[in-house]
Amino acid sequence: MDGSNDHLISALAADLRPVRPLPPPALRTLFWLILVAAVAAALATFADVAGMWHRMTAVPDMWLAGLGSIATMATAAFAAFEVSLPDRSRAWALLPLPTAALWVGASGLGCMRAFVLPDTHIAAIGETRDCLLFIIGLSVPLSVALIVMLRRAYSLAPPLTAAMVGLASAAAAATLLNFFHPFDASATDLAVHAVAVVIVVAAARALGSRMLENSRAGRVTIPPAGSN
Amino acid sequence: MAQGKVISASRRDPLRPFLFPCSISSQLMSLPSAAERRIEHTMKRAENRQTESDARRSALMAAAQTGDRVAYETLLRDCASFIVWVARRRGVPSDRTDDVVQEVLLTVHRARATYDPRRSFNAWLGVIVERRAIDMLRQIHRRGAREVHSPLAYESHADEAVDLSAGIEHKEKVDRIGAALAELPRRQREAVHHLMLDEKSLADAAELTGRSKGSLKVNLHRALNALRLKMDRGD
Repeated sequence: MDGSNDHLISALAADLRPVRPLPPPALRTLFWLILVAAVAAALATFADVAGMWHRMTAVPDMWLAGLGSIATMATAAFAAFEVSLPDRSRAWALLPLPTAALWVGASGLGCMRAFVLPDTHIAAIGETRDCLLFIIGLSVPLSVALIVMLRRAYSLAPPLTAAMVGLASAAAAATLLNFFHPFDASATDLAVHAVAVVIVVAAARALGSRMLENSRAGRVTIPPAGSN
Repeated sequence: MAQGKVISASRRDPLRPFLFPCSISSQLMSLPSAAERRIEHTMKRAENRQTESDARRSALMAAAQTGDRVAYETLLRDCASFIVWVARRRGVPSDRTDDVVQEVLLTVHRARATYDPRRSFNAWLGVIVERRAIDMLRQIHRRGAREVHSPLAYESHADEAVDLSAGIEHKEKVDRIGAALAELPRRQREAVHHLMLDEKSLADAAELTGRSKGSLKVNLHRALNALRLKMDRGD
């Protein structure tokens, strides 16, 4: 074996600390979803849950859009935990795409209703701005929580992992927005939601990947060869 | 495995005791040759070895996760050859395999908490090596696109900062100083030689020449004035 490899192995062995193997990605996803559920429970105390339930059951596409965003949240979080493991395929990042398509498609149906039914309430500019702020504002703590949970892993693709974090958080925030969104998504509203999700994903990709790279567990200090 | 079934089937052939001489040759053709049996045996042994090595490495990694340094060092040394094998198979040039080995060892160290002892260690390590090998190939490709390997061009490249006339001018100046120095009186020349060129101390120079320090200082002062005048005049 090469001398430098020999030296490196000795240094790594000297640096060894006990570690606890990470729980499976599904279990870790469940922990994060429990956190989201806790936030949802807290927000539900301020929201008109009965009214929301009535709207959801009355209009099937709103129900479908909600289901799509919940499924996107869960699949994107699961994909983030999978991609954060060095031996897992990056193709896991494709997992949330079908559910995201359902989410966007069903929201688009709600948008079409505004053209068909003239009496449909269309969100005003102020309301769409509130939606944007709500999605971005709630995505930040959820993204931070997810990144903290991912810190113990060692992703070989931090930007992809961080993008999944952003998508999961944005989907969670968009789901929780239903508590305070007593109307269908108009074209403007839908565009604002899409912009908010894109902003969150882009910001998470840019900042989150840096956080994941900086906080990679187990930094090693290799003494120069011959120093011992 | 399929070959194993063929062997056992041919041995259980009920007609085997009643073979006619003309069919013996065809039966012999269908039986596996000694070489084929050897290959099959070797493959089985390799498969067993692979499973054994995987189980052993998995156990070593599980021990390493609990903080067993001896197990960890044994594991890393054991993995080095496997890493080299995977990297070469991926197309990493032999002079860069050591870089891949070191990158993989560091990744294994940092990512050791992500290994699940219920899964195959070789598969876990193999994917990491593949990824690190691809990173290395990309790095080589990027460097290859930016840099050109041409040692002869490097050696024969003219240094534009070098002024060829400067050497000639310097030589001319040295010759002029030498000529001016030769024209000085002996005492002044000795003072310059010992104190300036040989950089001796006044005490040493005084001892060597047998003159006082004051005399040496005066002669040096006069010599320098005379040299300055000669150089200014351009003699």
